[in-house]
This record gives sequence, structure tokens and C-alpha cells, in this order.
Amino acid sequence: MKNFKFILLSIFSSLFLLFGSIIANAVEIEYWQYTYKSRVAAIDKLIANFQNENPGITVKHTNFPYADYRKKVSIAISSGDGPDLVQLYYGWLNDFRDGGLIQPLPQDIFSHSDIESDFFKMVSSMKVDGEYWGLPTAVRSLALFYNNDLFKEAGLSGPPETLDQMVDYAKKLTKTDSNGDYLQIGFGVDTDGQDHHFWREVLVRHFGGQPYSDDGQKIAYNSAAGAQALKYLTDFEKTHKTGSNGFMNRGQDAFAAGKAGMVLDGSFRISKFNKTEGLNFSISELPGHNGKRYNFSSFWANAISTKAEGEKKEAAAKFLKYLTSDEAMQVWLDTVGELPAKPSVALVEANKQHPQYGPFIRGLDYATATTFISEKPQRQSLIDSYDMVVLKDMSPEDALAKVAKKEQELLDDFFGN
Amino acid sequence: MADEEIKMSNSDQMIQRLEQINPTKILTWTLLFLGSIVMITPIIFMISTSFKTGQEVYTLSLLPQKATLENYIFILKESKFIYWTLNSLWVASFSTISVLFFDSLVGYTLAKFNFRGREIIFIAILSTLMIPTEMLIIPWYMMSREFGWIDTYWGIAFPGLMTGFGTFLMRQFFMGLPDELIDAARIDGWSEFSIWWRIAMPLVIPALSALAIFHFLGNWTAFLWPLIIVNDPDMYTIPVGLASFNGEFQMDWEIVMTASCLATIPTLFVFIILQKYIIKGIMLAGLKG
Amino acid sequence: MLKDFWENITLNQKLAITAWVFLLIPIIFYTTIRFYPTFEAFYVSFMKWNLLGSQKYIGLKNYQRIFGDEDFWIVLWNTIKYAIIGVPISLFISFVIAYFLNEIKFGHQTIRAFYFIPFLTTAVAMAWVWRWFYQPMPIGYFNIMLSWVGIPQQPFLKSIEQGLYSVMAPAVWAGLGFQIVIFIAGIRAVPKSHFEAAEIDGAGRLQILREIILPALKPTTIFLVVISTIGFLRIFDQVYTMTSDSAGGPLNSTKPLVLMIYEYAFDTYMLGRASALTVILFLLLLTVSLIQLWLMRKSK
Repeated sequence: MKNFKFILLSIFSSLFLLFGSIIANAVEIEYWQYTYKSRVAAIDKLIANFQNENPGITVKHTNFPYADYRKKVSIAISSGDGPDLVQLYYGWLNDFRDGGLIQPLPQDIFSHSDIESDFFKMVSSMKVDGEYWGLPTAVRSLALFYNNDLFKEAGLSGPPETLDQMVDYAKKLTKTDSNGDYLQIGFGVDTDGQDHHFWREVLVRHFGGQPYSDDGQKIAYNSAAGAQALKYLTDFEKTHKTGSNGFMNRGQDAFAAGKAGMVLDGSFRISKFNKTEGLNFSISELPGHNGKRYNFSSFWANAISTKAEGEKKEAAAKFLKYLTSDEAMQVWLDTVGELPAKPSVALVEANKQHPQYGPFIRGLDYATATTFISEKPQRQSLIDSYDMVVLKDMSPEDALAKVAKKEQELLDDFFGN
Repeated sequence: MADEEIKMSNSDQMIQRLEQINPTKILTWTLLFLGSIVMITPIIFMISTSFKTGQEVYTLSLLPQKATLENYIFILKESKFIYWTLNSLWVASFSTISVLFFDSLVGYTLAKFNFRGREIIFIAILSTLMIPTEMLIIPWYMMSREFGWIDTYWGIAFPGLMTGFGTFLMRQFFMGLPDELIDAARIDGWSEFSIWWRIAMPLVIPALSALAIFHFLGNWTAFLWPLIIVNDPDMYTIPVGLASFNGEFQMDWEIVMTASCLATIPTLFVFIILQKYIIKGIMLAGLKG
Repeated sequence: MLKDFWENITLNQKLAITAWVFLLIPIIFYTTIRFYPTFEAFYVSFMKWNLLGSQKYIGLKNYQRIFGDEDFWIVLWNTIKYAIIGVPISLFISFVIAYFLNEIKFGHQTIRAFYFIPFLTTAVAMAWVWRWFYQPMPIGYFNIMLSWVGIPQQPFLKSIEQGLYSVMAPAVWAGLGFQIVIFIAGIRAVPKSHFEAAEIDGAGRLQILREIILPALKPTTIFLVVISTIGFLRIFDQVYTMTSDSAGGPLNSTKPLVLMIYEYAFDTYMLGRASALTVILFLLLLTVSLIQLWLMRKSK
């Protein structure tokens, strides 16, 4: 009897110790992103998968509304709180780096040569000072959304293929009432939305220029190319009278209401339009010009915060590796509708020919990302120069000169020039 | 004033009324009435839109053809509106109670005690009226970060626990109380605190209610500081929650209008019930100010 | 020993000590929550600081940069415009309404309530409603109504000229109720004997208004002028909610000082610059209040 008790006790205690050591080794890391239903769902799914494969790691998933996301993250990490792995908009990279919020990815897990061969080339904007600071699960690009019913009504068969055609189509799709007020607009310009990206990475290049110098420290859009690009954009409202900036509050709202023939937007808008009753639309690649095509891509990257150390850092790196795996990217595409960051997943035939994602995916091939130092004021440059041309009748050259001066100060301040 | 009307028989009153009606008076009345309707038009449209579906939003009709509660359900389910309401309620109440207590205590002390330095304290407190909160938000923010007050009720409420305005108001009212009352109580051996709490306070209840209403309302609708100190959406107050609809992916007008409704209706409700006191309180404060 | 001390001091000294005890917590509060932060604001205004790093002393550079910034002068002028235009308009309207409303008995409560209700609303909530009203057709009610009478559509919030007034409107609208109630109280506080004397003298309505009511309302009016001026100079909620991206646009035409402060502090994290702006705002408010108080002294 005594022996039996003894054996039972030792079995239990060793099991206990074993169990305890597993628990003790269990690491908990925190992952932060902004609140968007499908993204939250996707991460939850991916966490579940990951935790199955890695029983010693638990991932706590927290999310906040987009409006305050950035402020919250900065404050939390700088106070020593916050996440171990954090999602950030690629345009915030420099600010976050500068503020000491994130650390470089360990090269033993994330080899540079692998990154460069496996991911789309826009990911290179995450490489600064010889280190990679984060990697995306998904990327976005721009495409043209157009309303099939309105096109049919205007006698147009397919999407515009060139910039000139786009102007032409926009004119045909515009309707006004007896007072000259818009009932329906041809092209929904929304400088507050994605159109400033359209100008910066697409139009400026089409007209022979580039937005910034190669090292990203000097403004290069203050040129004939930039002015022509701005003129092209403002002409829709000013000269061709095919709509006004922010008609029906935002381009996407006008389009959803069936009152805009075309809008430019990112892949994240697809689900909203899909859910809109009675909206019959299609998507095509951005129109080209002179036989060339350009696109703007952006992405939210995952980075390891400076708060993560030791085993938390290891666990975070592991989770990040999973988040950037082919499997995770396909899950993300299916759940969120955002494009995989690796050609191996994105350019799979099924994805490439998908009627809705296809144009975005194909556009990734020729897309570039702007290296912002701080997106909000830099975005304001286009918003303001657009308003100067349209509301104050300034010439595009003068408008760009004015905003470039201000933005250059910002850049100089940042780069210490 | 209406209070001083002589009592007349009903028919005499009617005759008097009818004699007072003249065309200009009717015109004035009508214009004023129409004006008041125009004043509340934004609110009416807000309410009416909250019951409309997405399709009907853009029609100008006052009554929705297909009235629906789905907007309300959506907001109450999907957003944290209930949390926001509780937060606002909690912070505003806590802050108001604090103000009622401390502002009257200080006002009373400055009114009924004679001591060296009294004028200096009074002027110092009064001078805080000159300091705009906008100047203090950055230091407050720095302070809150250091002490971990971000995203806490204390963090939202601490700037407003005592006010120069309330102190000034209460002092005015306390100064109107006869000294004899207090002296008598002192002779009877009452403690100073009891004199204040049991004798002086009950005598200034109208002022207290005016102050309470002002402060509660101001707190309920406060925006700038809560916007800065709160990051966690669970901790938003109602105005901050409302502003969060300006985000990247959301802006359906019928939803926004519904949220605005939910924010406004409670206050309207309270007003309709307490109308007399609220208006009286404001008139009182205005005259003494 | 304390007991001996307490029994040996005079009543006056006892009262003084009690007073200080009562004032203890409030004094701590005001010092730490009002006075110390004021000095801190001045202090940080001489620094360059982005919240995350360390503070770097740069003297008057923030102020130099601000005064050299074209946008600052636009913003300052906007702020002043909100007050110079908003205050007279709202006081005029509210006085007229108060004057006539005062004489109405039938339905007085209800009409007064309707005028007052906007004052109770949350600025952000109503800003959304007005923003919607300002949209172009087919959404915006204002433009729809304009089209009924054949007036061309107005850009309102999207226009450089109309933007500021469009943002000001809901602020004026919300403040009317309060001003009306105060004015009515002020009118009713005039002793009846004055009116009776005037009637005996055969004075007409206009005369009574000019010679009895308006002078009697001077303190009330000045009170309202001070309060509403300060209120307009600090306008924020409506601009934040009604301009796209809360940017005070288009082209900074609607941006007031407080919004600029908020942007510098919490969008671009330039806290030194932001603090300097708050100091400027403070000086502006102080100057305006002092001038108005001086005028009030003079009128007495």
C-alpha cells in the first residue's frame, strides 16, 4: 500500500513538474493592429493556427480604432507598455524608427537575400540603414472601379485603357441638371482619399518625372512633370467639368450611391462596394500612358517593438515568420481581401485572373511605394496644391512651388539638413 | 412678472386676453414661433434620419417611408456606445459632486472667514479663469503619462474637479448670507464644518443647482481633453466616440445621425423634465455674474 | 501639547487656522493642476521636444518660426474673425428674440424651450448634422432648398470664402439659447417702476428700449460679450468635426488657433512649437478679457 502511494505520488509530481515547466516556458506576446472587422478576424484565425503549432506561445490580440491607432502605439511603447509585435503603416516607418519604437528584424530568422527574392519589390522601403524593420502580410495597390450600368448607359463598352481615354469617358459619364449642378459625375476625384497617391506615384511618373529624389531627401515633383500631373488631375474638375473634389462627401460614397462613373481606390474598398445593394461594378488596372503603366502600392507591416526582449522577442519573431508565410498570406487574401506580399502567392493563376483582385495583383508588378517621413503633412501638400489650382486659380507650377517649399522644410528638418 | 398677476375670474381673464390681441402681436408671435421651429430643425432632421435606411437617407422627407430601428441596433451592438454613455455619466457625476463640494467650501471660506491672505487666495483662484485649458492640455498630458492616468476615469476628470467660476459664484451667494446666523451658531458651539454643511449650504441650494447644471452639462459635452487623454475606445466619452466616426472606413450618414441622436436625446429628456430649474438656474447665475 | 496650543489662541486665530485647513486641498489642487502646468507650458515653449526623446533648449526659436510662418497669421486672423463676427451676430439675434419673447405669454415656455434646446446639444453631434446639411446635392438640405428657389449650389465647407462662416454657424446657433435666457432675465430685472414712469411720460416703444432697457442691460451685455468672445476664440469641436480630416481646410481657411495647437502637439508631435502656440493663445485671451473688463469698469 505504502509503495503504491509512493509511486502514484512520484508520477503525479513528475507530471506536475513537467506540466509546470511547459507552462513556465509559455510565453505571452501582444499583437496590436487597428480595428477593422475582417483584419481582426484574419488575425484571430492566424493566431489560432500559430498557437496550435507552437503550444508554448500565446498571442494576445488587441486592436483600436484607426483614428487613434498611431498615437496610442507611440505612447504605449514609449512608456514601456504596449505590444511586442505591432502593425504599422509603412509610411510611419521613419517616425517609428526615429522614436525608438521598433527594432530591426533579426537576420538569422529573416535573411535579407530571402526577403529580396521572395517578396514584392515595394517591401524594400522597409529596409533602412542596412536593416529590415518590418514585413507585411499583405499589400495594397490601386485600381479603377467603374460602374457597369452607367457605362452601358453612356454607350461605353470597357474600361479606359489610357489617361486620355479616361478623360473622354469621364466627360461622357457626367450628367448635370438645368442649373449646371452635378447629378452624376464621370470621375470621382477625392484628394482626401487615394488620389494623392495616384498623382504622386503614377501621374508624375507618366509625365516623365519622379516625386522625390532617389535618396528620398529632396522633393522632385516640383518640376514640369509634376505640374503636368497636377494639371491632369485638376482638369477633371476645372476644365472638363466632370465632377468636383469630394462630391457627395467622398469619392467612394458617390460611387456607392451609383452617382460616379469611375473612382480610383484600393483593394480594401472591394468589400464595401460588394455589400452595396444594387451596385453593378467592375475593376480594371489603372489606365496607362504612352504604353507604360505605373501604380502605387502601400502596405501595413508587422514590426517587433523595442519593448520585446529575450524570449518575448524570439516568440514575436516566430509569429512574424508565420504571419509572412505563404499560408498566412492566402488566409489574409481570403478573409480580408488584401493582396499577398509575395509573388509566389499573389501571382498564382487563380489569384491573378480573379475578376476583382486580379487587376490589383497585376498592378503590383509595376507599383512603387513612396517613402514618407510623415504621411499626413506630405499628403496635405497635394490636397493644398489641388485646392490652390481649383479654388484660387493658381497655376500648377506656382501651387507646387508653394507646397514644395513647405514640405522640403519638413524633410530637411527630419534628415537634419 | 407672471407671478404678480392679480387674480381675476376666468371670464374676465379671457376678456382681458382677447382685448390684448392685436395684429402686430400675432405677427410677432408667429415670427418667433417659426424662428423657434427653425432653431430645432437640425435636431428634428437628425432624429428623422436616424430612423431611415441607407437608401432613404438622401430624400428630403421628414418622415421615413420605411421607418427602421436597424441603425440603433447597429450602433448599440457594433460600437461601444453603451460604454461611452456610462463613462460620460460616471465622469460628469463625479466631477460635479467634487465641484459642488469644493467650490462651495472655498467660496464659503473666502466669504465668511477673515484672515490674512484671503484676498490673495481669492484673486489667485479668480485668475485661473484667465488660463485657458488649451494651454494646460500639454502639461496635463505629460503629467498623466508619468503617473499612468491615461485611459482612466481619474485622467479624464481631474482637470475639472474644482473651478474658479464655481468658486466665484458660490462666494457671491455666501456673501449674501447674514453673519448673525453664523455667529449664533458659533456661540452655540457648532464646529465650523457643521456650520457650513448644515446651515450655510441649505441656504444656497438654488445656486448649487445652477452650478451643478452648468458643470454637468459642460462636462458631458467636453471634447478636447477627453480626446487627448483617452485612447482605449472602451473608455471614450460620448463626444470622443462620436468623433471617431470620422475614421478611415466608416461614414454612413444614417449611422452618424443615429449616434448623434443617442448622444443628444438623453440631455433633451432631462431638460424637458427639469426645464424650470435649468432655466431658473441660468438666469440666477447670469444675474450674479 | 496641541490641545494647550489650541486653547490658548484667540478666536480669530482659530478661525484663520480653520480657514487654511479648509483651503488646503483646493490650494494643492490649483497649484498642481492650474499654476504649475501654466509654467510648464511656458517652459516647454522654449524647447524642442517630440514626446519620445529628450527636451532640447532652443530659446525663442519656436516663437520665431511661428511668427515667420504664413499659416500662423492666417490661423490667427481666422480665430479673430470667429470672434469679431460671431459675437455681434449672436448677441444681436439673441437680444431681438429675447426682447420680443419676453412679452409673449401664450406658449412662452415652449417657444423658449425650442430656442434653448440647441444649447444643450453636444457640439460634435450637431457638427455632424450641419456638415451633412452643407453637402452639395443630392445630399445636402441647404443646397436642395437653394435649388428650389433657383439659387446656384454653394460649396459651403469646401470653399475658402464660405468655409469659416459655415463652421461658425452651428456655434452661433448653439449659443443663442443661453444668451436669450440671460437677456430675458436681464430685462425682467428692470424694476417695473421705471416702465410705469416712462408710460406716464408718454414714451414710445423705441424710446423705452433705448433709454431704459439697453442701459439697464449693460452689465448683462458685457457679461455675455466676454463669455462669448472667449468661447469663439477657443472654437475647436466644430472645426475638428466638420472639416475633412480635421484639417481646418480648405487651405487653412477655417483653422483656428486651438486646432493648430492640437495638430502640432498630437499629429506631428512638435510639443515645443505647440506649447508656444498655447502661450500665444493665452496672451490673446488675456488681452481680450482685460480690455473688456476695463470697458466694464469704465461703464460703471
